[in-house]
Amino acid sequence: MTAILSIMLAVILTNNYVLNQFLGICPFLGVSKKLDSAVGMGGAVIFVMLMATAVTWPIQKLILDPLNIGYLQTIVFILIIASLVQLVEMTLKKFMPPLYKSLGVFLPLITTNCAVLGLTINCINDGLTYVQSLFCAIGAGIGFLLAMVLFAGMREKLETNTGIPECFKGIPITLVAASILAMSFMAFSGVVDAIFA
Amino acid sequence: MNKLSILTKGIIKENPVLVLLLGCCPTLAVTTSCFNGLGMGVSTLAVLVCANIVISLLRNIIPDKVRIPCFIVVIAAFVTIVQFALKAYMPELDKALGLFIPLIVVNCIILGRAEMFASKNGVIDSALDGIGMGIGFTLALGLMGLIREFLGSGYILAGIVGVNGINVYADIATPAGIFMLAPGGFFIFGIMIAAVNFFTKGKGTKKEFSCEGCLFAGSCNPEDKCEGKEADA
Repeated sequence: MTAILSIMLAVILTNNYVLNQFLGICPFLGVSKKLDSAVGMGGAVIFVMLMATAVTWPIQKLILDPLNIGYLQTIVFILIIASLVQLVEMTLKKFMPPLYKSLGVFLPLITTNCAVLGLTINCINDGLTYVQSLFCAIGAGIGFLLAMVLFAGMREKLETNTGIPECFKGIPITLVAASILAMSFMAFSGVVDAIFA
Repeated sequence: MNKLSILTKGIIKENPVLVLLLGCCPTLAVTTSCFNGLGMGVSTLAVLVCANIVISLLRNIIPDKVRIPCFIVVIAAFVTIVQFALKAYMPELDKALGLFIPLIVVNCIILGRAEMFASKNGVIDSALDGIGMGIGFTLALGLMGLIREFLGSGYILAGIVGVNGINVYADIATPAGIFMLAPGGFFIFGIMIAAVNFFTKGKGTKKEFSCEGCLFAGSCNPEDKCEGKEADA
């Protein structure tokens, strides 16, 4: 239980996938302009991360490892994620139209989100158990959502700021703002270890 | 477009990292030293060129509807080859780049070039495009690695000139270690793009993608404001 909690807290705060490990920067910069789309993207990422980990972990342990074809990991995982995203999209469209409306546009973007592939490979490399992997996936998703929501708030303020130099407008000032957010997340380093020491 | 301009446009005019803003994740993550940046750049270059050639050869065979999964399989195969090569011949670099080697698969530069260029052009043009884009990526990563190394560790060219590199501060000043960490990565990247904007007077980043070149055109309604255009980049 403590192991699960410490894994989750670590990926949410100290090892945040976006701000500390640089995974999923593209949606972080692209979809964080407005708060509601940031929340939508974050929700979709939590969902896909959980599904992807739930499928890839057993495939690695029950198929790839026993057959000694672990080197196919990259190819197999990315195909699973791509088809899973498609499947989720079709299911939502058919059975949950309201949810599809709010998450739908973000789903195709997730296939090329390196955070999802990175998470599934990380769970295998770190030797987590199945349950730990699932909670790690939820934690990573929540960390992503947290970073997106905080950053969307910062960007809404930036949009109205008129004092930005011409060459810094747009992406450069956004990256500098992300740097400050990442710095504030660094303050959490050591916190998780201290709690569970 | 002549062959030379296909080759050179990726290096400066359409530099994938600094102008088109593709492949931000590896750019930020592995540039803690010039050596790592160049290593990542060359690995990506190899995958990019091979994938461009194969996709260009197969461009008339792959059905349009399933082209993205087909491209991904081709790219993933070459990434696996690069992964093996690095493990065998440069184990230290493999350790330093770690997770970001398999993540070359989802690097937007490669899928983007496959979709925008290789699937529409001949083999030689596609190979040249891959080489040019790869060199542009490598140079941008190397430069960013150099800057971060200089500010963050006080040693430059570690791993290239001797194991520790050249001690530039000569122990007079203390380097700012934060430039080696996550916030420094974001900060330096922002400053570099601002510098490019300053010198090109904003011409560079104003380049817009057409919907044709967008990976998500199939799933998007052109009437809506295009979220994918930026998120793709």
